[in-house]
Amino acid sequence: MTRVRLRRFIRFAALATTVALTASACGSGTSASNATENTLVGAAADIFSGECAASTDTEITIYSGRDQELVGPVLDAFECSSGISVVTNFGDPTDLALTLVEEGDRTPADVFLSKSPGSVGFLQNEGFLQTLDDDLLGLVSDENTAANGTWVGITGRQRVLVYNTELVSEGDLPDSVFDLTDERFRGQVAIPATNGSFQDWFTVFRSQEGDDVAAQWLADMVANDAIVTESNRPTVDAVGRGEYQFGLVNHYYNFQQAEALGDDHQALNHNFAADDIGSLVIVTAAGITSSSDNVDEAQQLVEFMLSEPAQTYFTTDSLEFPLGSGVAPAEVLPSLDDSGSDFDVAFDDLGNGLEETIAIIEDSGIFG
Amino acid sequence: MISPSRTGASPPLLRLLAVLASIVLAGPALYLVIRNFTADADPVNLLISDRTLGPLRRTLILAVLVSSSTAALGTGLAWLTTRTDLPGRRIWRVLLVLPLVYPTFLGAAALVRTLNPGGLVNDALANIGIDRTPTLQGLWGAWLVLTLLTYPYVFLPVAARFSQLPGSIEQSARLLGDSSWRVFQRIVLPQAFGSIAAGTLLVFLYTISDFGAVAILRYDTLTRSIETNQLNRPVALALSLILLLLAGAVVLAERYAQRRRQTTTTSVRADRAVMVPLGRLRPLALFTTGLATLLGLVAPLAAVLEWSIRGLTGGREVRLDTGQVAALTWNTVWVSTVAAVLTVLLVLPIALLYGRYRSRVGAFGNAVAISTFALPGILVALAGTFFINQSDWTFATFHNTLGILLFAYMIRFAALAMGTTLLAVKAVPDRLRDAAETLGVSGVKRFVSIDAPLMMPGLLAAGGLVLLSTMKELPISLLLSPFEFETLATRIFGTFSEAFVTEAGLMALTLVLFSFLATWILVIRPSES
Repeated sequence: MTRVRLRRFIRFAALATTVALTASACGSGTSASNATENTLVGAAADIFSGECAASTDTEITIYSGRDQELVGPVLDAFECSSGISVVTNFGDPTDLALTLVEEGDRTPADVFLSKSPGSVGFLQNEGFLQTLDDDLLGLVSDENTAANGTWVGITGRQRVLVYNTELVSEGDLPDSVFDLTDERFRGQVAIPATNGSFQDWFTVFRSQEGDDVAAQWLADMVANDAIVTESNRPTVDAVGRGEYQFGLVNHYYNFQQAEALGDDHQALNHNFAADDIGSLVIVTAAGITSSSDNVDEAQQLVEFMLSEPAQTYFTTDSLEFPLGSGVAPAEVLPSLDDSGSDFDVAFDDLGNGLEETIAIIEDSGIFG
Repeated sequence: MISPSRTGASPPLLRLLAVLASIVLAGPALYLVIRNFTADADPVNLLISDRTLGPLRRTLILAVLVSSSTAALGTGLAWLTTRTDLPGRRIWRVLLVLPLVYPTFLGAAALVRTLNPGGLVNDALANIGIDRTPTLQGLWGAWLVLTLLTYPYVFLPVAARFSQLPGSIEQSARLLGDSSWRVFQRIVLPQAFGSIAAGTLLVFLYTISDFGAVAILRYDTLTRSIETNQLNRPVALALSLILLLLAGAVVLAERYAQRRRQTTTTSVRADRAVMVPLGRLRPLALFTTGLATLLGLVAPLAAVLEWSIRGLTGGREVRLDTGQVAALTWNTVWVSTVAAVLTVLLVLPIALLYGRYRSRVGAFGNAVAISTFALPGILVALAGTFFINQSDWTFATFHNTLGILLFAYMIRFAALAMGTTLLAVKAVPDRLRDAAETLGVSGVKRFVSIDAPLMMPGLLAAGGLVLLSTMKELPISLLLSPFEFETLATRIFGTFSEAFVTEAGLMALTLVLFSFLATWILVIRPSES
């Protein structure tokens, strides 16, 4: 019996080793498949439909805190149109920012893409982002760039109140995020307080309305039994099931969830009044690292992401707000003129303000 | 039967290997200490602040509750499926391991999706007139979800142990008139105590390190504080150090308890294990086993299926093709298999040194490996980056390679392999080795012909735990994989966090399927041959 086992183990170990060797041998040759094709297919073809440019020798590396489903086609279209190869490291934006800081000047990253301004703000504070070219910064309006020019907004995600359509009638929806402290909302509003996008919103809230007002609002929400959640997606999921009635989230998630689940998901986004802080648009951002050796190519990529076809893709396919090239938001989205972002937003405060924001959130007692 | 462990000098080669392995395993702890200094963190003052004490208290409460329930559930299910005439026990033995394959962020979200208001179960119950069901949330929600997703850490090693115990003592006890329950309590349980304690310790450490489940169940623990403060480095680093010290204290406490208990070491079985007929209790036993499978495996699977099917039948184009899934599966399977083999090889010298020679180096390596399991994976990944960034050469050689990824997996999961490997080492009777030595068989040959075959079921169980855990591992896979090397888990994370639930669901189904196959091949078949 034991002999059989041993033989089986040896066979298994041999197999594992063979598998490993074959795989690492194959692994090295797989990334070049796109370059040999002359035109693109799928979503990327909507962004760039011409024949691919001859491949240059340059390669740039992107740390992307935005998922491949969202930015992949844009990166493929850029590779094809420019002949510059793009290597991408996908991950959670916070984790990627921490890794980049740990890698220091040796980091291979040329471009950093983030879901929200918090992690680019952190990198800027740590001195890892360089000042962008004025031409590049000029592609989007001033409030959607860092005041010191270290990052530029690519798309927008608007803060909204997602609500359950079975439990809430449209007439009962509030005009302002300040209304949520009323008795009628007791125990029914979820706040993803651990999440970067809520923290970024709260930082802007503080700079717009002052720390006292912001802290008081949060304390009132806690007193009104607000529900603390971890991030946008599970919040939208729970509202869609009716576990609770409302959630303060980014507009993006409800669209995706509804597309995937159909009528099993009973929730809609509600916009607060246009001038309400609750209607703020949070930008997804791009920056170029200080240590980049390929600044020209990196700039070309960021410019490409702000070009008309890429911006059209971002709004039609991923339902985000376009920020560049005068592209209009997809039809299902409210137009930004009606719904907000009339703020003189100081996104710069985000890096510095984050520690204080976290302290206020923790002291509010929201975590129990 | 009980043979005293050797105290004689250990082979120098073994000592050297164990020292090297211990140094590698101490990496994350060392990194944490260094960074606490360089970031001017203040763990002492943070420890005594209200912001930390509350979460710390809740972390401990949750960990104690989850450990107790998984110890009972894991041991009970292991006994039912190895030592009784429970119908279909071979298939239960595979199914009961599988909750381990859900990444907790996905498993918890899926359980909530199925069981909470508006979910599948509630809708079904509402149809038959029941409209009040408890909502999974807070302490009890986190307790239930973590119990369901982590009891396999106890179940797997204890089942391996139970199926190895010799039947002779039990038979004698039965002949002397002891009831089945008394035999279990007095003879079976004490012999499996080491396995139960080792598995429970892993559950405790996993619970204090987990963020996925507590976040979705909205229970505020220390990992939530760490997560909230990720970009506030001094605080996150100090809190992580507190977590590591807590883990170290628990590991030492467990060791003290084990030593006082004077664990019974037993030789492996030479005869068939005693099978207890369940008789009238059979329906109850089937119900318990079925319920655990229903809640731990089927309930999350129901939500995963809902996500997949809704999306496939809905209007939206699914952004995933078979070729992609095949490539991801291939990457997942081979990298996890290699990680499992390497992890067992890494801990083996430490286990031999500690288990056979009671050496201090072994004791140290063992404690470090196990404590490290309480650290969130992101810290292991950052530590890896930190150490290879010490020189141009190391960075150029290791950055963005499979080598650093495998190293990080080994460190992250050494604890999973350690407990079971240690028990496997102790299962080899010294008298056999002595006999071989007397006959003049050389050390290496002795190891191959006597030690290895006897340790094999334990080593396979150890490898199996590492394999299943690596298949679902996240922060390390995302951060240290060579760029554009993707696995099922990394794509599940990416798609799921951007609410592409259909794509995430389909890949999660693939992950469950392949884990089923791996469990069958690695853990079940060998132990039944």
